[in-house]
Amino acid sequence: MKFDNYMILDFPSKSSNEAFARSAVACFAAQLDPTLEELGDIRTAVSEAVTNCIVHAYPDKLGNITLRCRILKDNVLDIVIKDRGVGIADIEQAKRPSFTTGGSDRSGMGFTIMESFMTNLEITSTPGKGTTIHMRRRIQRRQ
Amino acid sequence: MHFTSFLDGKKLTIALTGEIDHHCAKVYIQSIAAKIEAYAPEVCVLDFRDVTFMDSSGIAVVINALRNMAQIEGKLVLSGIAPQPLRVFQASGIDKIVEIKEALV
Repeated sequence: MKFDNYMILDFPSKSSNEAFARSAVACFAAQLDPTLEELGDIRTAVSEAVTNCIVHAYPDKLGNITLRCRILKDNVLDIVIKDRGVGIADIEQAKRPSFTTGGSDRSGMGFTIMESFMTNLEITSTPGKGTTIHMRRRIQRRQ
Repeated sequence: MHFTSFLDGKKLTIALTGEIDHHCAKVYIQSIAAKIEAYAPEVCVLDFRDVTFMDSSGIAVVINALRNMAQIEGKLVLSGIAPQPLRVFQASGIDKIVEIKEALV
C-alpha cells in the first residue's frame, strides 16, 4: 500500500487519553485540508474507538492502545486502532444500535457513529487477544 | 468540565460546557440527576451552546436526563446545539425522541 505520510501513537488506556487521541488525529488530518464537518466526524469516530478500548478491551486494568494514521492516495485518511484486550465474541451484536455491556453511562451507539461518520469500517477481533478497528475517511478536495 | 444551572419558576436550565466524552460523562450524568432531584422542575433545558465536542457519551447523558425527567413527569429540551454534536444526535436518532430548540447551524 502506497502512502504519503503516517504517524503511530502508543498510549495507556486512561480515559484522559480520549481527548489526546482525537486531537492528535485531527492535527495529523489537517494536512488533507478537511472541512470542519469532516474533521468533526473524524474526531468523533476516533473518540468512539479509543473509548471502546478503555471501557471494554481493558475493563479492570490499564492496557496498551496503538493508533496508526496514514494518508493514502486520493486524499484518504486511514486509521487503525488496536488493543490487546478481552476481544469481542459477537461483533454483530456489539454493532447493534443501543447494545452495550457498559452500563447506564454508555449509550451503545459507538459503532453506529463510527459506521455513519467514516467511509469504511472494519472490525477484527479475537476473544482473549484483542480488537483492531480499521477505518477510512475520504476527504473531499476543495478548489 | 464546568457546570452552571439556574431555576426560573418551574424551568431548570443546565448549561454544559467544553468537551463531553466518556472521561467526563459520569460526572455530568450524576450532576444533572442531582439538580433534577433537588428542584423537580416541569421543564429541564440542557443548554449545549458552549459544548465544543461531543461523542456518544453525550447521548448517554441525554438519555439519563430523559429518564430523570420521566420519573417526575417532566419534559426535557435540548438547546443551542452546534453542528458537530448535532450530527451525533442525528446519527443516533435521539433527535426524534427529544425536543431540540434553536440548533446553531
